[in-house]
Amino acid sequence: MANSDRTIAAISTPQAAGGIGIVRISGTDARRVASRVFRPSGGKSIEEAKGYTALFGRVADGEGEFDEAVALVFSQPKSYTGEDVVELSCHGGLFLVKRLLAAVLRAGAQPAEPGEFTRRAFLNGKLSLTGAEAVMDLIGAQGKQAAAAALAAKDGALGRRIDAVKETILSLSAHLAAWVDYPEDDIPALEPQALERELAAVQGELDRLLAGFEQGRIIREGVETVLAGRPNVGKSTLMNLLSGCERSIVTDIPGTTRDVVEETVRLGDVVLRLADTAGLRETENPVEAAGVARTRERLKRAGLVLAVFDTSAPLSEEDRSLLQELKGSRAVAVLNKTDLPGRIEEEEIRAAVSQVVELSAATGQGYDALTKAVETALGTGEIDPAAGMLATERQKACALRAREGVGQAAEAIRAGMTLDAVSVALDDAAAALLELTGERVTDAVLDEVFARFCVGK
Amino acid sequence: MQEYLAGKYDVVVVGAGHAGIEAALAAARLGVRTAVFTINLDWVGNLPCNPSIGGTAKGHLVREIDALGGEMGKAADACFIQSRMLNRGKGPAVHSLRAQIDRRAYAGRMKQTLEEQENLDLRQAELVDLRPKGEKWEVVTRLGAVYEAKAVVLATGTFLGGRIFVGEVSYEGGPDGMFAATQLSGAIRRLGITLRRFKTGTPARVHRRSVDLDRLEVQEGDDPVTPFSFETSHPGENRAVCHISWTNEKTKQVILENLHRSPLYSGKIEGVGPRYCPSIEDKIVRFSEKERHQLFIEPCGLHTEELYLQGMSSSLPEEVQLQFLRTIPGLERVQIMRTAYAIEYDCCDPQQLDATLECKKWPGLFGAGQFNGSSGYEEAAAQGLVAGINAARRVLGKEPFLLDRASSYIGTLIDDLVTKGCSDPYRMMTSRSEYRLVLRQDNADERLTPLGWEIGLISEERWKRFQEKQERKRQELRRVENTILPPTDALNALLVSHETSPVGTGVRLSDLLKRPQLNYEALAPVDRERPALPREIFEVCEVEIKYQGYIRRQMAQIEEMRRLEGKKLPPDLDYRTITGLRLEAQEKLNQVAPRSVGQASRISGVSPADVSVLLIWLAGKGENHGNHS
Repeated sequence: MANSDRTIAAISTPQAAGGIGIVRISGTDARRVASRVFRPSGGKSIEEAKGYTALFGRVADGEGEFDEAVALVFSQPKSYTGEDVVELSCHGGLFLVKRLLAAVLRAGAQPAEPGEFTRRAFLNGKLSLTGAEAVMDLIGAQGKQAAAAALAAKDGALGRRIDAVKETILSLSAHLAAWVDYPEDDIPALEPQALERELAAVQGELDRLLAGFEQGRIIREGVETVLAGRPNVGKSTLMNLLSGCERSIVTDIPGTTRDVVEETVRLGDVVLRLADTAGLRETENPVEAAGVARTRERLKRAGLVLAVFDTSAPLSEEDRSLLQELKGSRAVAVLNKTDLPGRIEEEEIRAAVSQVVELSAATGQGYDALTKAVETALGTGEIDPAAGMLATERQKACALRAREGVGQAAEAIRAGMTLDAVSVALDDAAAALLELTGERVTDAVLDEVFARFCVGK
Repeated sequence: MQEYLAGKYDVVVVGAGHAGIEAALAAARLGVRTAVFTINLDWVGNLPCNPSIGGTAKGHLVREIDALGGEMGKAADACFIQSRMLNRGKGPAVHSLRAQIDRRAYAGRMKQTLEEQENLDLRQAELVDLRPKGEKWEVVTRLGAVYEAKAVVLATGTFLGGRIFVGEVSYEGGPDGMFAATQLSGAIRRLGITLRRFKTGTPARVHRRSVDLDRLEVQEGDDPVTPFSFETSHPGENRAVCHISWTNEKTKQVILENLHRSPLYSGKIEGVGPRYCPSIEDKIVRFSEKERHQLFIEPCGLHTEELYLQGMSSSLPEEVQLQFLRTIPGLERVQIMRTAYAIEYDCCDPQQLDATLECKKWPGLFGAGQFNGSSGYEEAAAQGLVAGINAARRVLGKEPFLLDRASSYIGTLIDDLVTKGCSDPYRMMTSRSEYRLVLRQDNADERLTPLGWEIGLISEERWKRFQEKQERKRQELRRVENTILPPTDALNALLVSHETSPVGTGVRLSDLLKRPQLNYEALAPVDRERPALPREIFEVCEVEIKYQGYIRRQMAQIEEMRRLEGKKLPPDLDYRTITGLRLEAQEKLNQVAPRSVGQASRISGVSPADVSVLLIWLAGKGENHGNHS
């Protein structure tokens, strides 16, 4: 709800691939939250930084650092919202920006309500009164969208999954409420073990929903895909084939692709956030060496690697070191230049990578096989979009809160606390799920009590 | 009818049930001239249904009424014949006190309390008209007496348009064989207040000698007894027991065979009955898989042979009632003294009221109790107290007295009624409060007595005692926090004997109290420097230490709730003029006219985005008036 002491965060650049992506954090804790995610290269931390300063560094989440970033620090009241604001700019891939937002939310920020930055700006006197109606209209419109989205979530497959979890929680809540409010009616007590079992099941389903959020993201927002291979095997040609236009600088000079070039392409049902990389060649050239290091880093982080090999030449030392890097990652080996006579050691590649595709990036032959191989590698063929998935950060935040409530309830039982403490935590969980589907909690519990239990004098 | 001016008062209270009593006493005690009218002087503070006060959540309400300076708790302490703390073992949030009451003694005591109260006139009369006269009100009795008042509290209970149903028989009537108020509803409707029909019911009363109590399970009271009132230092003893029996297959058969004769099932009753208080025929129909239903046999007092059959409320014909009761073990030769009946009555939609319980359309006109759509003696008394306080404060030109959801069950009850409304008679339950770990019956005084003192309903002497108690509590909390017990063999033996792990280093007494397996009693042998304090202080300390983490979390939620509660909305705002609000939200907001953004956020149909719009609108309005609030 709208209280100005919360520290909020959201992606403030358009939700599409762009040059850079910005996550804006606003509120009293903005600096503290940002500093949990941002690791400055220099000595100064975000918490120490003065207003109107920029810091260079890297952003990290639980799995480690994942991108370079610039942090812009604004001190209240001299900021967009009039509060302390930190803007973290990273590379513009949607996946990266979303990952950065997720990290920021884990670090203690809460997802911003529709129009909340603007609202705060207004409340803090940063916008004129004439702007007020426009802002209200904006929020109103977004509110309608959110309501429509909530309705869709309620009626759709996600709604059915949430409902199932909600039913269990509400029925436990109702049972506890009836047991407590009607001590003289013969309501059986809930056994702690049975309660724990049910809570574990609910927690499991919430975990699956939350995990599905990540998988669903692959479908919705694409998977970060790295094009790898030694120079001149045809990575750029492949990129151009996939994107359908000339993007990378295609030349015969090895190492021309020094910087990471990004492109969003659709392959079958999957969106790939393609990054063309420099090769892995040992080199003295410092610029090129930096590119190689970045490639290694990217290979480690990528959601998918398209490793390109030249079938017309035997495996080089660089090819072999790439194969080494690929172990354990989701990869498809693309044997390029099938229009030329084959001299490559195919068995060696098949031993390292399970998905191998023959392709002529120049002619496009083998494109369908590539599509299939990518789907197999990502497991997206198995994702059933009709199964219902959490689609937005807000839904995810609600599901997280629900899991927290269920977790607290389970913990209270384990600690041997009385069931009033358990029931309060369960009500919190139910409230979070009802918020997801746009309903209200206390009435729901009571409706359930009266529907299920024969109570009263 | 010839009318004549019979008197002028500051506050007139209509009805001397539990709501009317508290309203009248509060107003008179706050120093305004008050009159309270009742249809029958012999049944002031009647208990027309079960002869008991308290119960889950209701016990909380009584403690809160007492903490604010109301009367119900003291009267219940003086007239109880059996007392039990319910839900022991289920957690401190849900401990609830319930007492069987000698109903004649209770009614007598309440009548005398009203009679002896300064500034208060108690009058038997049926009111037939209620009309505004300038800034004031006039009420008119059936005999033509006109009384003028600056504020009126409607606490009409089931008398208002009351109608009794027993099988195929139905007639105008109030509770317990009294007259109904047949004309006042018309006057209220003429004011443009929407009324609707609710219904409730009560079981038969039977003669003790016709029941084989010896064969039935006995339910004893507590020893020692916990009083309702924080001022009762020496509660009396239990003087009665209750008994338990069960219905069976035969009972079910009799009822099902005669269902068509129930006015509920034949469609004669249009009023909405309470979900939490179903008749036995309702229970049997809705929960047909249940083989038996429990009933409690409760004495109605010490000087009567009447027994109340809790759980057997019914509106079946008299002879069917007798037939099904006689299928129940112990009741085979039962004799009915009063027949069970259903009663339908007029009440208002409480969304027409403000949180002061004042009618939004008619300043100075207040509602309390069943008139507001609630049910239960305790719910009524709680509202009566708030309505009476506000009626008096209105007369005295003081700020309204408001209780929010985090302050009390009373505040929760009123907020639920005026914000969400109710579709069936509203009963308080612990699950209605999201802050129930904080709103416990043990700390009702800490939460509300300072407010009662501020209003003027707490005596100086009581205030001093309260402050002393709080100081002793603070000292005790400090003591257990600062007392470190060395890891002696004696301590560890004690810990192990309570199935909790031994300690290797010194340990704080408070940390030991946090362990679910331990409590003050268990730690007595190792806590040698413990001061001699009243039991209730140890109880409240133990709860606060044990549930510290949970209480803190709730306090944080309360803070958040109160921030929005502090954003006030103008009462006469037309929400259709605010752009950005969704249509549904505009309609609901206009209907409820919330006092604050917090209240608005609890109205069903108002979304978080609508709340944002309201906040911006408020801020913009502040800028308009040159102040940033």
